[in-house]
Amino acid sequence: MKVLVAVKRVIDYNVKVRVKPDNSDVDLANVKMALNPFCEIAVEEAVRLKESGAASEVVVVSIGPKACQEQIRTALALGADRGIQIETEELPESLNVAKLLAKVVEEEQPGLVILGKQSIDADNNQTGQMLGALLNRPQGTFASEVKIDGDSVNVTREVDGGLQTLNLKLPAIVTTDLRLNEPRYAKLPDIMKAKRKPLDVKTPADLGVELKNHTRLLKVSAPAERQAGIRVASVDELIDKLKNEAKVL
Amino acid sequence: MSDYKHPHQDAEFVLNELVGFDDLCAANGFDDINFELASAILTEAGKLGSEVLAPLNVIGDNQGVKLTERGVEETAGFKEAYQQFAEGGWSSLIADEEYEGQGLPNVLCTAVNEIWQSANMAFALCPLLTQGAVEAIAHHGSEELKQTYLPKMVSGEWTGTMNLTEPDAGTDLAAIKTRAIPNGDHYLITGQKIFITWGDHQMTDNTIHLVLARLPDAPAGVKGISLFVVPKFLLDAEGNPGVRNDVKCVSVEHKLGIHASPTCVMSYGDKEGAIGYLVGEANKGLAYMFTMMNCARQGVGLQGVAIAERSYQQALDYAKERLQGTNKDGSRFAIIKFPDVRRMLMQMKSATEAMRALAFVGAAEVDRAGRAQDEADQRRHQARLELLTPIVKGWITELSQEITYLGTQVNGGMGFIEETGSAQHYRDARILTIYEGTTGIQALDLVGRKTLLNKGEALAELLAEIEETVVALSKHEGFAEQGAALREALEAGNNARNWLLENAAQDPAAAGAVSVHFMMLFGYLCGGWLMGQSALRAQTLLDAGEGDPEYLKAKLVTAQFFSEHLLPRTKASLETILKGSASIMALSEDQF
Repeated sequence: MKVLVAVKRVIDYNVKVRVKPDNSDVDLANVKMALNPFCEIAVEEAVRLKESGAASEVVVVSIGPKACQEQIRTALALGADRGIQIETEELPESLNVAKLLAKVVEEEQPGLVILGKQSIDADNNQTGQMLGALLNRPQGTFASEVKIDGDSVNVTREVDGGLQTLNLKLPAIVTTDLRLNEPRYAKLPDIMKAKRKPLDVKTPADLGVELKNHTRLLKVSAPAERQAGIRVASVDELIDKLKNEAKVL
Repeated sequence: MSDYKHPHQDAEFVLNELVGFDDLCAANGFDDINFELASAILTEAGKLGSEVLAPLNVIGDNQGVKLTERGVEETAGFKEAYQQFAEGGWSSLIADEEYEGQGLPNVLCTAVNEIWQSANMAFALCPLLTQGAVEAIAHHGSEELKQTYLPKMVSGEWTGTMNLTEPDAGTDLAAIKTRAIPNGDHYLITGQKIFITWGDHQMTDNTIHLVLARLPDAPAGVKGISLFVVPKFLLDAEGNPGVRNDVKCVSVEHKLGIHASPTCVMSYGDKEGAIGYLVGEANKGLAYMFTMMNCARQGVGLQGVAIAERSYQQALDYAKERLQGTNKDGSRFAIIKFPDVRRMLMQMKSATEAMRALAFVGAAEVDRAGRAQDEADQRRHQARLELLTPIVKGWITELSQEITYLGTQVNGGMGFIEETGSAQHYRDARILTIYEGTTGIQALDLVGRKTLLNKGEALAELLAEIEETVVALSKHEGFAEQGAALREALEAGNNARNWLLENAAQDPAAAGAVSVHFMMLFGYLCGGWLMGQSALRAQTLLDAGEGDPEYLKAKLVTAQFFSEHLLPRTKASLETILKGSASIMALSEDQF
């Protein structure tokens, strides 16, 4: 079984995010970028499936400018077999991503597609679901356990109030939650080998997809700085402030 | 306890802008290696360093090591961390591909090593010593020794140690007494070695000791010392560790710092004699050790960079968090707003960046000298490597004392309390000016073998190169003051060199008396030279709209600070040098 993993290049979670002076977007110029943590978990799960014999090949795909090859190489260093970059200038919105991935799935015919449940930059949490709908395939989102069982997969999901286990018929779509696994550290020889693993570059046109944005980014602003606390003299004063200043009562 | 984050931006700036990493790889036959790969390697090493090794640093300091019936028990958690380190292939960075190494450039290994040394210096000494042992066997051992020991040492499955020092033979290795008696295809080794770093532990199945000893018919002095491989466990027919050899750790030292690094007293041949195998030819042991000296000494210099960086990060975090000032409106502010705290942090930052620049530039000379295409090139780079090595070791480790001192100072009273972690860095740094040749030995090496022996030629070449940077700075409107300051420092360097060449012959005490000032002068001068280059490169990048402007603008200020606050120290050194040995040597021993 082939496993396809979609990965995204995002701002490194250690970096303090800065907003551009004109509030048009987050400032990503010369900022350290990294593999989205949920995507890293997806890669790890796919590699474990391969190591356990449940999967035969792990293909990793990323969408973006040439720089996103760095993240594909990181995934290859973690154990993926080959990479596909879909070259786009800008980072397309989720529906475009899902459409591009759907075309890759049609070409590659993987038994399982694993994605992070969301990227830490946009926090949309929708690409996996859209992909499932476009392909008309079963989806198991927020997975905290994935077990291949013959021609189906059991996915344990973290839902409000507990765990839910679904049995999905393969081919299927899985999105990863934080507790699915703990990604490994890349080994030095694998980082070296990753350079030589195949990496195909395609364009949206190659895949017959026209990118269309349905949303417009109006403004980005930094969260308000937290104000220093104050000490109140009495419970009455506290209630008064909660009612009239904070307006929470 | 303090976190550690690899300063990847600065490391990458030095590799790209000062070392010229891609050109170095292309010109020296590192075909598949480029900066992109180096960056990926540094990123992944940075994760392992911050997340696995760094949290163990304070635990190792608190718990230390124990000598039990099994031998030395390392700090709990170190074994698992070591296995993760070895399985990740990180001990194979530099070794030849023939022995399953990755064959990466020394300068990249140096950049990666900074991460291990910052994250956990006591831990990182183990792979550092193993690397030294690997190099000794790889360069001088027979094919059989190489095939038998190297693959598992390179993979990190076995560790290595260096056994030189004895109770009466420290700096003066000619006094070595450990004996080696020929016995069939091997030798029987008897004697005691002290200060053996990671001499014993339970992290791996075997430890391979490299031991200096004398053969029965050996000439007296340094020309009668041979080098032997002595495994902790003798190998069986399949090459696996089998019977225990007659060598054991009999005591571990209680130390000021690096508590988690076991410093062992090793006893060889308490029973029938420890079985050892000769490396290379008899009586050439010390010469073999000297071939590794540049790398080993530069490695300790790098530890100075690493501990300074860790101390700076800790102090910076504290300075941003510690509220000790009150604004007019009654709100409080952190101590980083105080000018004197700023002065200390800037001193730490600018010195550490200059030290990193010099450590990497020195490490790159190992690659350039080792792989030079023609003889003239080889000689030039070898001379530069040998000249820079005592400065890298001596100046950087001396300055690391001041940086870790300031780190504690920034913490105020809390710096004196162990919980903040600052005190550990201060204590751990203290060994660096001592082992692998004290500061005094480095300084003697610089004035003697590296200057007087070649009539100051190697220094003259360096000074000429620094002059180029002076000219480039002076031409640039924004850097005129830095150019002038570097010129003054350069003149101090020239004057010190000339004074030494003129006075060393008449006054036998002159060279030794001025040597440390001489070395420090050239350290600050090299620091100013590389910070000047950094400023020029940063400005070029800024003008071209490339790179991270926040980082590059900070580099400009850091270079300016170095020029204003640290570079003037060259003038004070010169003034002292010009006074020679008179007041140093005037007292009789009884007058002390």
